[in-house]
Amino acid sequence: MELLLEGLKKAIEMILSGDREIFEITLLTLRVSITAVLISTLIGIPAGMFLGLAHFPGRKFILALVNIGMGLPPVVAGLWITLFLWRSGPLGDLAWLYTPTAIIMAQILVSLPIVTALTSTAFQQINPKLILQVKALGATKIQLYWILMKEVKLAILAAIIAGFGRVIAEVGAAMMVGGNISGETRILTTSIVMEVSKGNFDIALALSFILMTLAFIITFTLTYLQQRKRSL
Amino acid sequence: MKFKQLIPLLLVLMFALVTGCSDSTTKEAKNDPETKKEKTDLILATTTSTQDSGLLDVLKPDFEEKNNYNLKIIAVGTGQALEMGTRREADVLLVHAPAAEEELVKSGDAINRQKVMYNDFIIVGPAADPAKVKGLSVTDSLKKIIESKASFVSRGDDSGTHKKELELWKKSSLDPKSFGETYIEAGQGMGATLQIASEKQGYTLTDRATYLAQKKNMPDTEILVEGDESLLNIYHVMQVNDEKHDKVNAEGAKAFVEYMISEDTKQIIKEFGVDEYGQPLFFLFE
Repeated sequence: MELLLEGLKKAIEMILSGDREIFEITLLTLRVSITAVLISTLIGIPAGMFLGLAHFPGRKFILALVNIGMGLPPVVAGLWITLFLWRSGPLGDLAWLYTPTAIIMAQILVSLPIVTALTSTAFQQINPKLILQVKALGATKIQLYWILMKEVKLAILAAIIAGFGRVIAEVGAAMMVGGNISGETRILTTSIVMEVSKGNFDIALALSFILMTLAFIITFTLTYLQQRKRSL
Repeated sequence: MKFKQLIPLLLVLMFALVTGCSDSTTKEAKNDPETKKEKTDLILATTTSTQDSGLLDVLKPDFEEKNNYNLKIIAVGTGQALEMGTRREADVLLVHAPAAEEELVKSGDAINRQKVMYNDFIIVGPAADPAKVKGLSVTDSLKKIIESKASFVSRGDDSGTHKKELELWKKSSLDPKSFGETYIEAGQGMGATLQIASEKQGYTLTDRATYLAQKKNMPDTEILVEGDESLLNIYHVMQVNDEKHDKVNAEGAKAFVEYMISEDTKQIIKEFGVDEYGQPLFFLFE
């Protein structure tokens, strides 16, 4: 218990003293997570919308695949991306292994199925009569999609929040494809693992407080944006 | 505010954050005169002990200042580091498993292998020492640990330390697999393995550097066996042979090997750890 307080004190100290390394690690964590969630959102929402509304052969099979993807262990994602990015692998020429780009790829791989699956579930729950009615009122396709989007906006934000939660907490894949290189690919979760293995539990705890604060602020902001609509 | 307006706002906010962050890194790069000449990446695969002891935190900036390379340190178990060498996924290796290293040199996967430094392995265990091994030879103490049914926690991860441990069992004509439940394979790094040993009141083989760094978390664990010649822990640096793969940074690897055996570096290694632990963590071959 004493260690917990010590960690909290150390976290405040680190932030107040403007520790450059901590600042860089935190910034990189934000950059990587937000980029990954952003890309997952930009691909996942249209994909989820399509899977939720369209009817075509093989749709159920794809939905099952996406649902399995929600539970894809990050370490597995990391291993696959490592194999692809190896110098001897198919994408070796890009030299992306051990760069933030590789971490972003792994984060997208684990968050995209979550955003897609949750979005598609939301669209599947729309009453078909609503679609008929909107069409009957003479809405164009784009207008129709926009109206449906507004109908499920809460669920979409929930999907983004879930995706973000997965990404910011992820450590196994980031360690494998990023390599935890100081000043380049070291993010909050991988430094926590490293500090624990160094026996620096106080620093690890301090970093965990910074990570949790970050996750809280972003999730709170998204929740706030989601919920303020409710009063209308 | 309508939801319609919300999405673009969110996007703008996120883009601002993302580009804002990348901006600061490019500016930094411009201010640094070193980056005018393009730096090439140099991948060093090494064991966790060199990272966890903090030695590489000291050597990396010094190497980068003297040489125009961007040193990427991947700290993994020696087993994985050697495999990265065989697959040419690393450019240079700093590891501590002499027998396995020699195989790599023999197969032509590694060249220019040089002795860098050494420290020693120690057997640590609970201060109460239920197996009564304090001060015994390695062979005798391993036998006693097993006979007394005390736990022995192994790294079990194909690391240099794990390879050494298996070598010591073999030398003592004992087969750890036949010991049953008292032989615990952690499958983790040295730090975690020490923690498990300490929690379970068990014995374990560790390198001295990691033990000294972890000691503050394990007041009950003590050094019980040390000083035996078979406990020497020798680190070698070697280049990955670029013959089979044109992506290997051979020049950088050569520069790193030369850096590791240079006089200035030797001085750094010799003094490393003295301030913090009152004793050096690594020693040089004189």
